[in-house]
Amino acid sequence: MAEVMNMEGHVRLGSNAGQALTRRDGILKVTGAAPYAADARPEGLLYAVAATAGIARGRVTHLDVAAATAHPGVVKVYTPANVPALAISPDEKIHPFVWKMEALQSDAVRYAGQPIAMVLAETLEAATEGARLLAPRYEAEPPRVTFETGEPYETDTTAFGRPATHRAGDLDAARGTAAHHVVTEVSTPAQYHNAMEPHAVTARWDGDRLELDTPTQALALTKTTIAAFLGIDAAGVTIRSPFLGGGFGSKAIVYGAQLLAILAARDLGRPVKMVLTRAQMYGPVGHRAPTRQTVTVNLDPEGAITALEHDTLTVTSTFDHFLEGASGASHSVYVAPVLHTTHRAVRGDIGTPGPMRAPGEASGSAALELAIDAAAEAAGMDPLAFRLKNYAETDPATGMAFSSKALRECYAQAAERFGWDARPLAPRQMRQGRLLKGWGMGTAQFPCPMFQAAAHATLRADGSGVVETSAADMGQGAWTALAQIAADGLGIDIDRLDFRSGHSDLPDAGIAGGSGHTATAGTALFNAGADVIRQLADLATQDPASPLFGAGNAGVTARAGRLWRNDDERSDSYEDILARAGLDLIRGEGKGVREGEPTRAMFSHGAVFAEVLVDPDLGQVRVSRLVGAFAAGRIINPKLARSQLLGGMTWGIGFALQEEALHDARTGRFVNNDLAGYHVPVNADAPMIEALTVHEDDPFVNTLGIKGVGEIGVTGTVGAIGNAVWHATGIRPAGFPIHPESLI
Amino acid sequence: MTPTLNLTINGTPQTIALDDPRATLLDLLRERLGLTGTKKGCDRGQCGACTVLVDGERVNACLSLALSQDGKHITTIEGLAEGEQLHPVQAAFIAHDGFQCGYCTPGQIMSAVGLIAEGEAGLDPERVREGMSGNICRCAAYAGITEAVLEATREMDTAAERKSA
Repeated sequence: MAEVMNMEGHVRLGSNAGQALTRRDGILKVTGAAPYAADARPEGLLYAVAATAGIARGRVTHLDVAAATAHPGVVKVYTPANVPALAISPDEKIHPFVWKMEALQSDAVRYAGQPIAMVLAETLEAATEGARLLAPRYEAEPPRVTFETGEPYETDTTAFGRPATHRAGDLDAARGTAAHHVVTEVSTPAQYHNAMEPHAVTARWDGDRLELDTPTQALALTKTTIAAFLGIDAAGVTIRSPFLGGGFGSKAIVYGAQLLAILAARDLGRPVKMVLTRAQMYGPVGHRAPTRQTVTVNLDPEGAITALEHDTLTVTSTFDHFLEGASGASHSVYVAPVLHTTHRAVRGDIGTPGPMRAPGEASGSAALELAIDAAAEAAGMDPLAFRLKNYAETDPATGMAFSSKALRECYAQAAERFGWDARPLAPRQMRQGRLLKGWGMGTAQFPCPMFQAAAHATLRADGSGVVETSAADMGQGAWTALAQIAADGLGIDIDRLDFRSGHSDLPDAGIAGGSGHTATAGTALFNAGADVIRQLADLATQDPASPLFGAGNAGVTARAGRLWRNDDERSDSYEDILARAGLDLIRGEGKGVREGEPTRAMFSHGAVFAEVLVDPDLGQVRVSRLVGAFAAGRIINPKLARSQLLGGMTWGIGFALQEEALHDARTGRFVNNDLAGYHVPVNADAPMIEALTVHEDDPFVNTLGIKGVGEIGVTGTVGAIGNAVWHATGIRPAGFPIHPESLI
Repeated sequence: MTPTLNLTINGTPQTIALDDPRATLLDLLRERLGLTGTKKGCDRGQCGACTVLVDGERVNACLSLALSQDGKHITTIEGLAEGEQLHPVQAAFIAHDGFQCGYCTPGQIMSAVGLIAEGEAGLDPERVREGMSGNICRCAAYAGITEAVLEATREMDTAAERKSA
């Protein structure tokens, strides 16, 4: 359990960032006082419960609205026959972050679990019973929920316009001359985010003004999207989302039941609370789509990769577009003089997939890392030596240099900590008692996107500061880490900072996704503080009464509530500068955005080593040890970063051994859409996990040097566990999760 | 007829007129009494987010009909701290970053308080992990949770010794 955080050489941005502060929202969260959307209880509240489809394809022919309406406490039943219209069809994709929704626009059923009615009642119990009494009848068509039954689907893009195909170099020639041609096939299942907080909305109207408590990973975007579908002015919409009970990608989009609850509140003139049940989270709010991947590694006689091929077949919905971009995971990890990646899909009667923690990268890395281990075996090499031999010095996909890449140090530190040197090359060599023991590794990598954010900063006459941006804290620690950055931007102690966030009336902090929120919103906050300091420095250096008079803007530094001359020891306090200027406050603004086309390839990197114990009779696999080392640029808060990395690695355990959503192929319904049947890791599944951080300065990724830690932990880990299972048993997993019966 | 029940919630005896006999203890606490610290994650007893103490024992409030709890003492997350003074488990969760999003945290903490009182896990990390495995944390703050439970156990042992000495 003991963890090692490599604090040596840790760079402190100023007086706040870089410190392992405990969470500023800690007391709220341990006392139950932290407000989540479903905790809201406005006066006159009605409860909304969705009824959902029990078939996957066809149409609803009858709902017993009379029975539901007659149930005591039921106030209203909405069906396609009487639901108030939206301003825009819920099937319109008004921007790339809108998924087509089900808001009772027709009686058609396009996947099991889709909302087909909504019941409003005075109590949750009455609404729940009302929804049950609807007893829907259907005209069902045969569901297509498998790879075999889905409709073939031709497309040029995976998601968000990314090309589905990348072809560079002469593949036929490379195949013809390869000494080894190692083909690895890996399947991955459908996975569901299963944030602990079910999706929820509490809606209140005041005339044309709408107030919402609803968790969102993108406050400003959610506000404008909801306003557009309702046909109201976005300025009249207020969303509070101070805390998300987890998101993992599932709370970045607006969904049909959310809109229906808002419509009902307007129609009935009373506040409405709607919370999805756990089962209802399987369908309308995204998932990680299943894949069947083939990775082919072509090697020269010395074990150098001459060509890398990665093909992904996945399943998307019949009515919208999102492909799991798994093959992209092979673009930038290992050398690939010839690189061919492709994606194909079938369309099935399922909810549209979406981004789930490390979308594309997690599934793709899982397959790639198994393939790389198989290639190392073919070359007769140690898996780490093979990876070092095929270390990409420049990005194979773009030819660009990396902005920074301390992956060698990650390999070295994690391998040493793990004790990799003692690993026998051949499988089935180690035992612990009667259990087979195996060691495996994987490379972790995740890109460093930035979105767009804006922030305001204010310095007050007493030297304290206020910063504002609509950041989303879904557990990554925005309330703490962003405040640390903002305090440094203003050059004050974090205790003198009022950080306002999680509210749609504040400047747009962008999307909490892509592991880019701290970088994006943090840059905006820092720049807003710097804007204040620039103005403050102007005042001081032009004021003959200031010790800084004549120092010039470039000649002062902001620290600990004072401006300091760089050329001597003299300083001036913020309070004095403002008082002499007769100002109550100074305001500043900042943006967080990456300007222009990137000229470097930007990724976080890591190395993950896994030990597994396999019962030779039962095939049961336990992860007994995981060690990861990650280079992710500047670490703003080592305590929170460690939690993010450990969380991601634990997701890797779930991916490798547990998580798998299953449909009944006959009905198209889920077999296991609950937490008893869909297994996520529990405490006993995550025993010895360590996350080390490796020092890395990155002058290119953004001015703060932040790369992000939210998702990278999932990558690398899945493959490391799969490779450890091979090392224990001699059996290469054909896919994930690894089922016990495949090992006996 | 409106059924009534008597509960002692966080030390305060209450007589509650229950508007709907179907209400679970969880929905009574959250939707009727405004004690929203206790969370609903699955409503099926599968996640542990709704863990409260009933007569000192950990219980999934979502699986307990409110009416079946007549006469019981209920402790929720709101009843753990004494004024500003956090319970040792609460303090340890903050110190060891035993949570991220915070949604499962009230249930984790109540479960930890119950586990420590059961006295079965002691300072054995493996038994703590096992004993806390009825409480899912999707953020997977398990390392911090286990460290926090161990530290709180030590802390409470020491406090008990000091008291008895």
